[in-house]
Amino acid sequence: MNMSVAELDRIVSEYKNKTEGFEKVVLICTGTGCVSSGALKVFKGLQDAIYSEGLAGKVLIKKTGCHGLCERGPIVVFGNDEILYQTVGKRNIDDDVKLLIATIKDNQIADKLLYKGDDKTKKYVSTRDIPFYAGQTRLVLALNGIIDPEIIEDYIVHGGYSALFKALSMDGDEIIEWIDKSGLRGKGGGGFTTGVKWRSCKTAEGSPRYVLANGDEGDPGAFMDRSLMEGNPHAILEGMIIGACAIGSSQGYIYVRDEYPLAVERLSKAISQAREYGFLGKDIFNSGFDFDIEIFRGGGAFVCGESTALMTSIEGKAGEPRAKYIHTVERGLREKPTNLNNVETWASIPEIINKGWEWFSSIGTERSKGTKVFSLVGKVNNTGLVEVPMGMTLKEIIFGLGGGIQGGKRFKAVQTGGPSGGCIPEEYLEMPVDFDSLTKLGSMMGSGGMIVMDERSCMVDVARYFLKFLVEESCGKCTPCREGVRRMYEIVDRICSGNGTEGDIKHLEELGKAISLGSLCGLGQSAPNPVLSTLKFFKEEYRMHIEEKKCPAGVCKSLITLHIDPERCTGCMRCASECPVGCISGEKKQVHTIDQAKCIKCGSCYDVCRFDAVMIA
Amino acid sequence: MEVDTGKLNSIIQKYNVDKSYILAIFQDIQRTYRFLPKEAIKYTCEQLDIPFSKGYEVATFYKTLSLKPRGKHTIHVCLGTACHLRGGPNVADTFERELQVKIGNTTGDGSFTLETVNCLGACALAPLVRVDEQDFGKTTPGGVKNIINEFRNGE
Repeated sequence: MNMSVAELDRIVSEYKNKTEGFEKVVLICTGTGCVSSGALKVFKGLQDAIYSEGLAGKVLIKKTGCHGLCERGPIVVFGNDEILYQTVGKRNIDDDVKLLIATIKDNQIADKLLYKGDDKTKKYVSTRDIPFYAGQTRLVLALNGIIDPEIIEDYIVHGGYSALFKALSMDGDEIIEWIDKSGLRGKGGGGFTTGVKWRSCKTAEGSPRYVLANGDEGDPGAFMDRSLMEGNPHAILEGMIIGACAIGSSQGYIYVRDEYPLAVERLSKAISQAREYGFLGKDIFNSGFDFDIEIFRGGGAFVCGESTALMTSIEGKAGEPRAKYIHTVERGLREKPTNLNNVETWASIPEIINKGWEWFSSIGTERSKGTKVFSLVGKVNNTGLVEVPMGMTLKEIIFGLGGGIQGGKRFKAVQTGGPSGGCIPEEYLEMPVDFDSLTKLGSMMGSGGMIVMDERSCMVDVARYFLKFLVEESCGKCTPCREGVRRMYEIVDRICSGNGTEGDIKHLEELGKAISLGSLCGLGQSAPNPVLSTLKFFKEEYRMHIEEKKCPAGVCKSLITLHIDPERCTGCMRCASECPVGCISGEKKQVHTIDQAKCIKCGSCYDVCRFDAVMIA
Repeated sequence: MEVDTGKLNSIIQKYNVDKSYILAIFQDIQRTYRFLPKEAIKYTCEQLDIPFSKGYEVATFYKTLSLKPRGKHTIHVCLGTACHLRGGPNVADTFERELQVKIGNTTGDGSFTLETVNCLGACALAPLVRVDEQDFGKTTPGGVKNIINEFRNGE
């Protein structure tokens, strides 16, 4: 279908009239985090209450994408960020719905549902005042949490697809010039200059040309792309259409993980809506430019996030990477010029076209422009998604936005860059985060996973974890990666089991170097990083495991025993009810004991004890 | 095992009998049977005119495809980095013990298949467990029994 601009304006103003008639707007987060915390029940409860209170027609309830503060979900926001309610419906759904209705009817603010500061005394009413949000610069995530991702009109009334109109009147080379000058670099972790990539693809010989979006977010501990695909799918489509227009492509693909069913559903809906409106299809807005997008579901293989493997996978083969002496912009998918960008990169495009490259390049650092979305997770207080200007320090992110470490424990390290990255210790917390700085520490910014670790995290165990992950995910093509990473895993596993020997560290270092040198793709080349970086900063912890057979963090099961300090135990019975094997016995208000023969050393008792009575030795 | 060729044909035709969609075809077949029967791989390869070895390679390369029959409910214990740090492995161990089944296998009565997954992308709610399409956040070893019962009794 081909629609004229006038017709589009009419549809949009109709939608505007319809939605602006409401007195109140209530936004309920239906990102994956909030849904699993019960957001859909809150939505249903509120909807029913609005009908029975006769408020229908006065209140608009919208299901939105991820607001970011997943730790405190379900999140409900009133109007234009005026009030933020957290953990709505977590205690009693009926009570909380009544509180929501009171806010709607009488502007009564429910103290109980407000976000409380770290000291639990200060309460915040507006989203804008909460430190977690106040310190952010939300460009890519700007509309996440504001629009309903399943309604295209909602995206359009918030300025959506206006960049496409502008781009259609620009020359392809001019668009590329803008993207190049903006300084935008690939946000999937590679950091390659986007404008340069587009130009190489445009000038490469061969046709057709393809544009691809990488939504195969396989890094464990990262969910930026997921939230974007679920929360604002049209921004990704708009970016891709503009890119295709500049490069001269008529076919695009979005590669999405099969583990993200909601992302697939919302992107599919967005694509069919965009087709209805004529943003995709033949002769887009009478410009003579044809373009369409198809979704390709991945199959749960981490290596398919690598560009060449991703393309092989779309071709219908096992997703193995190939050597890159011929760049994919020249010969990529089906041997044709192909431009692949991460979904976050694509979603950055519309705003650069709307506001100009000068605006974008004024944000960030000298060599890293714009913002980056991070998934701040692990042992940090405010886990969730944050978007900050490039160059913000680790400390500002973890302690400023993240509110510090859970349970008042001590910060130990932050893991960035997924299985290709490394662990950064406390002394480097002042390090600004951008494409280049973390690489100097043996880690990398990567796609944006930021996993915070405290004193209860064992760095040898973390290294073992990543090695196990990589053993499973190595595609098997190159021997150094397939066999070498497995040998590294065996050594580290032995160290964790208390059977480490003197030469182990040296062996690990040697193997690590060989694997880096002898592997074809990024997965293998960077596979030793988690071990090498923990060895660099936490060698003492390795030494204690090997020589003293001790795990100072109390994680490695073969090296620890748990017992209850009779002086401190109050007999509250909390540990006994939490113990999954029932090995803790004791009467109420009497000292409890752990049956060592039955104990599986899971540490649940240690984690729930409020009196520090459980000891790890 | 006998497969319903009518059903397979309609899936294969949905993708225009195009071999580059083999992964999508397999995923759809798996949604029908809850696993990917070997006979279905063979039939698909014949229809797409590719050797069985190629189809088998794809079927065994991608982790979300299972050549073993799955139970009525599939439990995925997430072992992404955040889940690992917040006690995911202990949750997985507890499921193994409670269901008396090893990871990657199905209970004797065919009601549960226990699997681990390398990240479901809900890291803020670690450790996460997904049963079929439902997510459970901030799980603990002590809470495993309740999750199992919810599905065992909810038949």
